[in-house]
Amino acid sequence: MPAAATRTAVRSTPIPAEWLQGLVVGASVLVVVYLALVPLAFLLWQSVHAQVAAGTVAPLSLDNFRNVYARTGTGRLVADSLRFAIGSSLIAFGIGTLLAWTNERTNAPFKRVFFAVSIVPLIIPGVLFVIAWMLLGSPKIGLINVALQALFATDFVFVNVYSLPGMAFVDGLHYAPLAFLMMSAAFRAMDPALEEAALMSGASVASVAWRITLRLSWPAAFATLLILFVRALESFEAPALLGLPAGIQVFTSAIYSAIHRYPADIGLASAYGVSLLAIAAAGLWLQSRITARGARHATVTGRGFRPRPIDLGRWRMPVAAIFVTYLLLIVGLPSLVLLWSSFQKFYAVPSLDAVRTLTLDPYRFVLAFPSIARATLNSIALAVATATAIMLVTSVTCWIVVKSRARGRSALDVVSSIPIVFPGLVLGLAIMIFYLHVDVGIYGTLWILFVAYVTRFLPYGIRYNSASMLAIHRELEESAAMSGASWWQTFRRIVLPLLRPGLVAGWIYIAIVSVRELSSSILLYGPGTEVLSVVIWELWENGQYVELSALGVLMIVALSLLVMVAQRLGGRLGVRIA
Amino acid sequence: MLSVRALSTDYTDGRGANVRAVQELAFDVQPGKFFTLLGPSGCGKTTTLRSIAGLERPREGEISVESTVVFSAAYGVFVPANRRGFGMVFQSYAIWPHMNVYQNVAFPLVAGRRRIPKDEIRARVLRVLDTVALDDVATRDATTLSGGQQQRLALARALVLEPKLLLLDEPLSNLDAKLRERMRFELKRLQRELRVTTVYVTHDQSEALALSHEIGVMKDGRLVQVGSPRTIYGRPANPFVADFVGTTNFIRGAVTSVQSGSSTLVVASEIGSVTALATEPLHAGADVVLTVRPEDVELSETAALGVNTWRATVDQKVFLGEAIDFRVRIGERLLLARTHPRLSTRIGHPIHVAIAPEKVLALRAGDA
Repeated sequence: MPAAATRTAVRSTPIPAEWLQGLVVGASVLVVVYLALVPLAFLLWQSVHAQVAAGTVAPLSLDNFRNVYARTGTGRLVADSLRFAIGSSLIAFGIGTLLAWTNERTNAPFKRVFFAVSIVPLIIPGVLFVIAWMLLGSPKIGLINVALQALFATDFVFVNVYSLPGMAFVDGLHYAPLAFLMMSAAFRAMDPALEEAALMSGASVASVAWRITLRLSWPAAFATLLILFVRALESFEAPALLGLPAGIQVFTSAIYSAIHRYPADIGLASAYGVSLLAIAAAGLWLQSRITARGARHATVTGRGFRPRPIDLGRWRMPVAAIFVTYLLLIVGLPSLVLLWSSFQKFYAVPSLDAVRTLTLDPYRFVLAFPSIARATLNSIALAVATATAIMLVTSVTCWIVVKSRARGRSALDVVSSIPIVFPGLVLGLAIMIFYLHVDVGIYGTLWILFVAYVTRFLPYGIRYNSASMLAIHRELEESAAMSGASWWQTFRRIVLPLLRPGLVAGWIYIAIVSVRELSSSILLYGPGTEVLSVVIWELWENGQYVELSALGVLMIVALSLLVMVAQRLGGRLGVRIA
Repeated sequence: MLSVRALSTDYTDGRGANVRAVQELAFDVQPGKFFTLLGPSGCGKTTTLRSIAGLERPREGEISVESTVVFSAAYGVFVPANRRGFGMVFQSYAIWPHMNVYQNVAFPLVAGRRRIPKDEIRARVLRVLDTVALDDVATRDATTLSGGQQQRLALARALVLEPKLLLLDEPLSNLDAKLRERMRFELKRLQRELRVTTVYVTHDQSEALALSHEIGVMKDGRLVQVGSPRTIYGRPANPFVADFVGTTNFIRGAVTSVQSGSSTLVVASEIGSVTALATEPLHAGADVVLTVRPEDVELSETAALGVNTWRATVDQKVFLGEAIDFRVRIGERLLLARTHPRLSTRIGHPIHVAIAPEKVLALRAGDA
């Protein structure tokens, strides 16, 4: 029938359902854009304005940069930063890649146990890990030195973590699990037929690993190295705790020192911060370029293949020994030294005498101390609120980026990943400066920490949500629309339930990293808003090593329990963490 | 019932170039009829279906159902998909994995702003599940169903609202060959029983021929022929349709004479003089393409007499079980013929070819 004859068009009029969509989408976009852009803009603005008295308009100048780069020490600072970052990333990469290859590609024994244990260091807060290594590797009281000196009857200093190599070593060890996870993913994605073809051509296992596996995973390997390098540049705990006492400064510790001197030199800190930001951004840009190019001539077929492990033959046991050594070093020793010191009245090197003075006093102190109880509550509240807020907001923005055809959705994608280039300390600095200038009443409250955490971990939420969003077939939503469901009904009843595994996994991950967070918190906390990692820092500064150890042990136990519960729960929900 | 007028759609591809997916499309579907859009991938058939569904917003044109305009570029009307009240079965079935069979089917009844009492929902869900023979698995997890069951579940979900229009996007393409054939019968039975107006999209010509009341063949975003399955197969309007629907032999030639008062003409072709049928007026001298279906090429070992007979040699043959495909050579020209398997002439041996004049269609060369 001719449609022109009767024209009873149903006009689409705005009804509550559409207002709801506008509201939810609009609010989420605003939050993300505000969080991602404001600190960046303000930090840049601040860095080009000279330090003047409050209340006057600061003149635009490059004085801060001139100050920084005219200093005699700056050349050394840049060089030390690069040496530290290169050293740390190479150590992490070397260990992580070896472990990943063994774990993914060979028939080494006890693989499952190793996999579980080797990611434990990711749970240990950086500040605890570094302090544990101080107790192990300090020239005077370090257990390793004490033991070796007793063994060889000498006063030779075997290891000294208060040095650039020491810093790089400790930091590299702590982040080896990150390299391990990234390289495992790369090895897992590779078609084993490529290796088998090399084996069939008569190549040895070592030659296959070197000439085929590593070459094929080169884009992934280089991307991993860059990420480790940028992350090491941003590392705060090892440079501050190990480097500053030894007079070694890198960007992060220099920023911290500039703010913690009297009077605080915020302009200088900003200039350092912008320099660090520029290097980090360049590194991550390069990394994304490599990843994008790697994807084009990918070795990944995506077909359902079952990787066949390479037979190590008589090397199985030696390789297992390497594993055990690694686990002992990275998981065993630091945990044991913290455990030992947590049962002491005053810190003492382990000995028969010291065994007699074992005490539960530090635990009594930790459990009774009111500011520790408050810090625990603060940390839990922040972790829960941050993880919940991020996962909900990014589920909406990821929907816009992945599913909608809204204009500017790729810009939203770029904007929302800006926080990833912010070193924690620089982000803390930017947020501190901004809320000092723009007084909305959150400075010095938990809210400013909340803002910092949400900003800092936003990209993680996006990563988790967009991965699972991509896996949701477009037609699953379209069929809901054809069933008459509004956007909000579709989002709530179809999209969110389908996202659940990713939501849960991301939530747990963000909750854990929130509890560990130190480098932003250290600039933003105030009296009454300390968090656990800050309390550990303060205990260290006060020399309360045994109490610190007790708190650390409790924290590690609690976080490990959380991860275990999550894995259990995750098994049922189909969640995979990391 | 459904009326599509002057529909045009374009979209920007990955590199920002404008792609014209559908151009100036127009067709009507009568109430209760099964209409199929048939064409190769990328011809715009799915875009057209999605435009009718409201999942895609066309650039130009008008779509109306019964007397309701659901899309009109000129009047700025665009009713969103969730208010059109059509049922749709997707290529992937789009079964929601977090719901069981019952919940999947009940969703259209509880979504939107409908307020339907609980027991009525229950009754309607069970009734439609019964129609597609899934009533015994109502409480099962939707993901545990077999391919054929998922397909029927998707159909039940699309039918539960008793839609004015049912849209099907290659619903059988994910099934294996045997199941596909069974579901074809099932789908046809359901559609004829429920008399629901249906638009079906497929690239599979045998599906289109088996199911439809009417077929629209599409190419490069345009409809090139609309007609009943018999017309489409037996009287293709141009070489593209002849080639796409079924297998065919093409022979080039030029018209030498036209018999006045009838549509029979004589063509000088690659294989000599051929008497053929014209579906449109052609005059002497026109360049034509002759098309003959393989099953209309008759082979025999004894000599044939009359018009359209040739002597040929067997070039190649393929045994298919229910038939044999012969490739025979007439001069330099190869011709495909499908015959009963009892014919067993050896390769290289001579054979006689005969084609009934009404089985040779002369189509204007250069068309589509």
